[in-house]
Amino acid sequence: MRTVKVEEKLFQNRYLVDADNPHIRLKDPELCEKTCATKQCTVCCPAGCYTLEGQKVVLITDGCLECGTCRIICTTYRNVDWEYPRGGYGIQFKFG
Amino acid sequence: MEKFDVIVVGAGPSGNAAAYTLAKAGLSVLQLERGEAAGSKNVQGAILYSDALEKVIPNFRDDAPLERHIIEQRMWVLDDESFIGTHFRSDDFNKPPYNRYTIIRAKFDKWFSKKVQEAGALIISETTVKELLRDKSGKVVGVETDRADGKVYADVVIMADGVNSTLARKAGFRPELDPKHVALAVKEIHFMPRETVEQRFNIKDDEGVVIEMLGKITQGMMGTGFLYTNSDSISIGVGCMLSDFMEQKLTPYDLLEQMKRHPSIQPLIQGGEMKEYTAHLIPEGGYHAIPRVYGDGWMIVGDSGMFVNAVHREGSNLAMTTGRMAAETIIELHRAGKPMSEANLALYKERLDDSFVMKDLKKYKDMPDIFHSNNQFFTTYPELLSRSAYTMLKVDGVDKLTKEKEIFASFKERRSLFGLLGDAFKLWRAFR
Repeated sequence: MRTVKVEEKLFQNRYLVDADNPHIRLKDPELCEKTCATKQCTVCCPAGCYTLEGQKVVLITDGCLECGTCRIICTTYRNVDWEYPRGGYGIQFKFG
Repeated sequence: MEKFDVIVVGAGPSGNAAAYTLAKAGLSVLQLERGEAAGSKNVQGAILYSDALEKVIPNFRDDAPLERHIIEQRMWVLDDESFIGTHFRSDDFNKPPYNRYTIIRAKFDKWFSKKVQEAGALIISETTVKELLRDKSGKVVGVETDRADGKVYADVVIMADGVNSTLARKAGFRPELDPKHVALAVKEIHFMPRETVEQRFNIKDDEGVVIEMLGKITQGMMGTGFLYTNSDSISIGVGCMLSDFMEQKLTPYDLLEQMKRHPSIQPLIQGGEMKEYTAHLIPEGGYHAIPRVYGDGWMIVGDSGMFVNAVHREGSNLAMTTGRMAAETIIELHRAGKPMSEANLALYKERLDDSFVMKDLKKYKDMPDIFHSNNQFFTTYPELLSRSAYTMLKVDGVDKLTKEKEIFASFKERRSLFGLLGDAFKLWRAFR
């Protein structure tokens, strides 16, 4: 299976990034790295915001589509601190 | 201290329907939206069902930005390299007033929001509501926004804040969403000349076609795909239950890419220019997943209340209807001088129960469970149906009775006689 680069898709979208103020955080990054076996977020996120560096889960929220998937699928550890971006920031859909 | 009759959080179909109805009746309404403008955070396929909007804005066709009215509905069951399907096209759908349209939500929501503003509501965008404000008794008395001095007050707060239901969750009015109760859908919009759209789908003027798809495109997961014709673009997407995505280890965009490469789909979108990629959750838990939708000083409408009929792909019409009914309940209490207490707002639930919203959701209450535990409906059957059609239609010197026997044997082999009967029963039970 050829894997597509999600970045190429996200490039078409319009964002107002709230620099240095991510709206989603991992409560305890070490828990993701050492305890969580499945790391579903690195597969399920439709914007590919969660990537693996070795066993470490790296979260970059710039391309976030604000769907809520990562928060809901973290059923075992509830380790995702998820808020909407500040008013006016984040994805701004051109068509929706 | 600034106080309104009603605060509406969110400017999607449910929030706009509520705010419009309330403002039109003369109540003071504050509507808060976190996007740059109404629509900039909203995602839908998107099909607009006229009836629900007509009941809010009867003459909406005069100036609403509509793409194409649907004259043909296709249902495809897909195997890896084929589809078997039904097409229903009728000139009855080609006579105004049209029954449903494709829309582009960013445009449509801006139009709806302008109507809300003209009706007299105060709309403040670029403002995220952080949480509900409550008094000592627990009654909701307003909201706190992310603006400086961001507290605003009202007699009642309508939460039209979408599927993530952030406010109700934080207030403890409902639990976190269950991955079994939400579908994750991803979508792209591909632009091409309108003549190309018309040639490919055998349509003219503002006629439109929708294709709903089921089968191997979801790779064993419970879900569906869709393709909608807009004026000069095509919306194509696929959605599956979040719980299935968790198990399958498949990224949503790979699933969409594979669907786009299907030999029956690829020619329809070929040459289009992809201009946006979106993702959105759809609350598909149905009747049993609906939380409490009212209480002292608060109401929930639209996706936030899980008002989606997944079987019939209806959501925005339930959103507008629940928004309107919440508003009508408030107007009635307001005019009678009654407080927005839990006991009084129970009238909203009564209205919902009495409408198609709860009647339809109740009718399909067992549907999600049946499809969850029986993925043969998304894998085995599409394959069997496709092979059967191929066997029957291929002219190769084998007599038809032998072919029929071969087909029946293939069904028995894959599902067993009891399996087939059981599946038929499950479907009957789900749809009755």
